[in-house]
Amino acid sequence: MTVLTLDSLTKSYGTRQALGGVSFTVNPGEIFGFVGSNGAGKTTTMRIILGVLASDSGTVSLDGHPITLDDRRHIGYMPEERGLYPKMHVGEQLEYLARLHGLTAPAARASAAQWAETLGVQARLDDEVQSLSLGNQQRVQLAAALVHNPSILVLDEPFSGLDPVAVDVMSGVLSERSAAGVPVIFSSHQLELVERLCHRVGIIKDGLMVAIGTINELRASEAPRFVVDCAVSEGAVSEGAVSDTAAPDTTGAPSWLAAVPNATLIGQDGSRCVVELPKEDDAEADGQALLNAALAAGPVREFAPARASLTDLYRHVVSSQEVSS
Amino acid sequence: MTTLPTSSSATGTAVTAAPAAANQSVATPATTPTPQNLGYLQSIWLIAEREITTRAKQKSFRILTAVLVLAVVLSMVVIHLVAGEITSTTIATTNPTTSTVVEHAMTASEVDVTVSTVTDESAAKDKVTAGDLDALVVPAADGSLEVFVDTRIDPTVAAVLNGVAQQQALAVQVSNLGGDPAAVSAAVGTAHATVTPLGQPDDQDAGQLIAGMMVGILMAISIMLSAQYVAQGVVEEKTSRVVELLLSTVKPTQLMAGKVLGIGLLGLLQVALVVGAAAVTSHFTGVLDTSALQMGPLVAWALVWFIVGYAIFSLIIAALAALVSRQEEVGSVTMPVTVFMMIPYMVGISVLPQDPTNHFATVLSYVPGASSLLMPIRDSLGVVSVPQQLIALAIAIAVIPLLVWVAGRIYSNAVLRTGGRIKLKDAFAGS
Repeated sequence: MTVLTLDSLTKSYGTRQALGGVSFTVNPGEIFGFVGSNGAGKTTTMRIILGVLASDSGTVSLDGHPITLDDRRHIGYMPEERGLYPKMHVGEQLEYLARLHGLTAPAARASAAQWAETLGVQARLDDEVQSLSLGNQQRVQLAAALVHNPSILVLDEPFSGLDPVAVDVMSGVLSERSAAGVPVIFSSHQLELVERLCHRVGIIKDGLMVAIGTINELRASEAPRFVVDCAVSEGAVSEGAVSDTAAPDTTGAPSWLAAVPNATLIGQDGSRCVVELPKEDDAEADGQALLNAALAAGPVREFAPARASLTDLYRHVVSSQEVSS
Repeated sequence: MTTLPTSSSATGTAVTAAPAAANQSVATPATTPTPQNLGYLQSIWLIAEREITTRAKQKSFRILTAVLVLAVVLSMVVIHLVAGEITSTTIATTNPTTSTVVEHAMTASEVDVTVSTVTDESAAKDKVTAGDLDALVVPAADGSLEVFVDTRIDPTVAAVLNGVAQQQALAVQVSNLGGDPAAVSAAVGTAHATVTPLGQPDDQDAGQLIAGMMVGILMAISIMLSAQYVAQGVVEEKTSRVVELLLSTVKPTQLMAGKVLGIGLLGLLQVALVVGAAAVTSHFTGVLDTSALQMGPLVAWALVWFIVGYAIFSLIIAALAALVSRQEEVGSVTMPVTVFMMIPYMVGISVLPQDPTNHFATVLSYVPGASSLLMPIRDSLGVVSVPQQLIALAIAIAVIPLLVWVAGRIYSNAVLRTGGRIKLKDAFAGS
């Protein structure tokens, strides 16, 4: 079981600071999603983990000791800049990379064949890499990262350029590897995928980690929102003031919402609306108050906490940073 | 650690559950061998091994090797055949005594002639016209010789036969005058002009000149091509970006060393095949038997000079090639080295055969790199001693550690930087 820890990594290219003190930890069996806009520092961080690039300061450690070249041999790496020998056969290439990572020749051959099969390129083992489609080259690239049975995976944009079937295969591999106790770190712009696969997410912006945690932890920093679908009953309308029926046309807010003073309407689609409550308050009690107000107005068809998607969280974190900075 | 609960987003669209494929257990190899730690040299050898197998499979490499071997063997066989036709003259006489006299005279004049005796004169004449015999010599009673040839005769052979005729005529006259022809012959036979060379005996025989040219061309071709192949390999790894993957598990210096070693070993094999073929051919044809050339030491020195020269040029070229990212730029970035190689090559091929002790060529043959191209030629021409070669070798070997350090530094700093051409100064400084 391996714990990968990054502590205060900094890196500058000339005068431009790429990393301004990046720290995070990836635990055994954890899939860590690394999210951030282009140029935020994801690739730089990953290159530093692999030792392909030297950091200006900060440390990368494995189980508490600074990482060595021998440790790095146990990392499966998929660089952002994809690359294999174009004229080498797929099978030979995978075998070679496995051996370079320390596998014996027979083990390398077996592993190459096995991973080619798992990733659906077993029929192309004797073909030159350059003759493969880009999607298949991508599969071979992943096989190259996995072929030496690494105990850590560092994958830079592993999903870019993959067809939906390949995305499923890749997701399966990552989940399976993490279930085997391998810490997995990957970057992606496909936030739905990150949300679905990752146990924890780190959001990086301009070389700084602006948010780290499970998606639920990230959500906790957001104001709670609820989806409420309340069909305001005929009776309620007749009992209430005439102005109530006119209210949605003028203010857009359903009349019953007025009973919850700290609620803010975020969006509305017919009788279905999304309501935000202040995050400082007791979310439980506020939610119950909201539900009671809706029940009082008419039958409630739907009531659920609206969990912010990673996309929402990401946009919010990145934009709030922009406001503050 | 389990997957996160699926959540509905604020917009109300449910995030799709992980598809079936993602939940299927992905078969990993039944036995999952873990990577062992590789030694520094083990990694280098793995890289070298890949270079060897990749290049050995290349058609261009195989064709070139075959062409070089064939060229050497064929040219030696042709020389042997041509030389054989010139020297091996066959003469027949109708008298055994004349045969003996002619044979002695030919041997004394260092003319390679086979002399036989025939009884049937007309049959022998037919052989001459058929080309099976070069000349038929019929002695007359007065000591003169009648020589029948097809169309003409080698002037050297004719001169010797004239000498024989004159001596025989002299013997006939001496005995007619009552003298002793045998005593006269003995006196005439021992009288000769003594030649004393006043200058240095510096002329080379044909075998030495031809071997010098061949070894010069071979050294230049094999060193230059192998070094160019290193350059292509370095840039190929940069262009294809595979270098980043490789450098996540080996050090840049290991990658460079493995590449130089692998391609070098294959280049050495190529040179060994060619000079080996030359040695075998000369042994069986005997083409160099009359030459002052010592084939064994020449072959051994050629291999040594290839190793040293290749090491020097390939290290410089590997470092220079790391500065660029496209194959089209390799030529221009390695140009200074190519030009530097052309100078000793041209001097060795064009000046040395005419002027083996040329002063400039002699000085140049001690310069590292240039020594690999010039020393084998000077060795073939027999104008350099073993201690002198050892001195040049020591100078060349002495610069290799420095080159390893400089080239390793430039290569390490430049190999991961893709895009435009990197300045040599920046790559060395690492900025």
